[in-house]
Amino acid sequence: MKRRVSAEVILNREIAPSIYDMWIQPVQKLPEVNPGQFIGVFLKDKSLLLPRPISICEVSADRTALRIVYRIAGAGTHEMSLRRPNDGLGYLTVLGPLGNGFPLERGEGKRALLIGGGIGIPPLLELAKRLKAEKQIVVGYQNCNTAGFLQKDLAQYGTVHVATEDGSVGTKGNVLDAIRQKAPEADILYACGPMPMLRAVKAYAQEKGIPAYISLEERMACGVGACLGCVVKTNKVHHHTNVNNARICTDGPVFEAGEVDI
Amino acid sequence: MNTQITIAGVTFKNPVMTASGTFGSGMEYAEFVDLNRLGAVVTKGVANVPWPGNPTPRVAEVYGGMLNAIGLQNPGIDVFLERDIPFLKQFDTKVIVNVCGRTVQDYVEVVERLGEEPAVAMLEINVSCPNVKEGAIAFGQNADALSGITREIKRHARQPVIMKLSPNVTDIAEMAKAAEEAGADALSLINTIMGMKIDIRKRKFALANRTGGLSGPAIKPIAVRMVYQAAHAVKIPIIGMGGIANGEDAVEFLLAGASAVSVGAMNFADPCTTEVVLDGIECYMRRYKVENLSDLIGAVED
Repeated sequence: MKRRVSAEVILNREIAPSIYDMWIQPVQKLPEVNPGQFIGVFLKDKSLLLPRPISICEVSADRTALRIVYRIAGAGTHEMSLRRPNDGLGYLTVLGPLGNGFPLERGEGKRALLIGGGIGIPPLLELAKRLKAEKQIVVGYQNCNTAGFLQKDLAQYGTVHVATEDGSVGTKGNVLDAIRQKAPEADILYACGPMPMLRAVKAYAQEKGIPAYISLEERMACGVGACLGCVVKTNKVHHHTNVNNARICTDGPVFEAGEVDI
Repeated sequence: MNTQITIAGVTFKNPVMTASGTFGSGMEYAEFVDLNRLGAVVTKGVANVPWPGNPTPRVAEVYGGMLNAIGLQNPGIDVFLERDIPFLKQFDTKVIVNVCGRTVQDYVEVVERLGEEPAVAMLEINVSCPNVKEGAIAFGQNADALSGITREIKRHARQPVIMKLSPNVTDIAEMAKAAEEAGADALSLINTIMGMKIDIRKRKFALANRTGGLSGPAIKPIAVRMVYQAAHAVKIPIIGMGGIANGEDAVEFLLAGASAVSVGAMNFADPCTTEVVLDGIECYMRRYKVENLSDLIGAVED
């Protein structure tokens, strides 16, 4: 039987305003993680009932530790940000890995473009590490305050292009502006970020006639496919739901852009 | 120690069930919970045809609970009978199917199809979902309407019928009596309480549906009170639910008059909650030397 597991907080530091970099070590070795999968983080505060779905940023080489990079978006992530290694609050409780990740085999040996916007950047790191392809990475930040988080980590695995809304670093504008300006040729796209960015990525992939795998986000409750809270509209009747929508938590969070109506 | 209970002639190995809509058809939770240990799996509501449900966001967390406005998304009775029933048949647990519809005819169609399925032990009729515009709660907020649909379903049902009641009423006892007089074999309560959350930063409703059903520990005292009032109004058995997180919560419902309990929103807070609740009930029985679980039902005193 699968269970929630306890995990020790090894590191938890602010790497940009309100953005935290956390390494955790579950007491049991984790099942294999696919890039793009996520974990549910359960909180100490019992008034906060639901697990927070947080994408996995990186897995240690020996698969004993996980890295998550998250933004404080509310009371739950705020509580997470207060945790310190050996703070006496015991372990963090997590469930996972959950969902399906990015399909690595589709990009193997090809020219892959990895696109991340804001807090959608973290899952690209494990993807960049594991994807056996010619990789170009485009990341977008709001402004110079947040610009640069995870940039050096990503640069180990491919050429990184940066866009900032205010133009303080890299291309002025969004990731699509950077892509059009730098014009890296690609056979396949992998993306995670805010919905307007994903819509633009989908349109770009259609224009170029290439596949795009996008990671979606939605308010979740169970995280395991039971509650049907986090659905996305699909273009065809989905085999599980038998209607035109799919569960982001279990059928996703990564979908081929053409499958979903975003 | 005997945890068995009997509701409308159906014997359950223990009183722990799953609240409809929080447990799918058991498939998703079979990875976390030994379904053989549960008294019953109560499935997500199923209609005569597939329902796509409401737009997202469909869920929002609130203090001590959550709001949902899923809108009864379901794959329809055909897929349900082909896929979900064969899956559930593999386990040594009772299957209770929750039935939803927009019209009386919709409900009857599903009830008749399920009548041909011997693996279905009981039917639970959803007349209390606050998140769909037609059907559902429209039948559950008026005693005459509740009575009418109960009678019609009883005319067609081959399994015992549980009417799932809404807390969004003035007098739960009146509704409980209406269902009993119309022939219901059991009652389950409470469904979610209609609520609302506003995101003050965006100045938008947290749910696309604007309103949603509140569930979780925040509603437990209301649920216990309503189970108590319903239990005193009717003779038919009651399945109690509303924020049950552990054995102590479950015992509270039993003492208030419930014959069984369902775990709902707390499945999301810990996928193993159903087993935690069962273990907790057994610990309570051992600690207080309760030989038969049925001795606890309605045993609260002044």
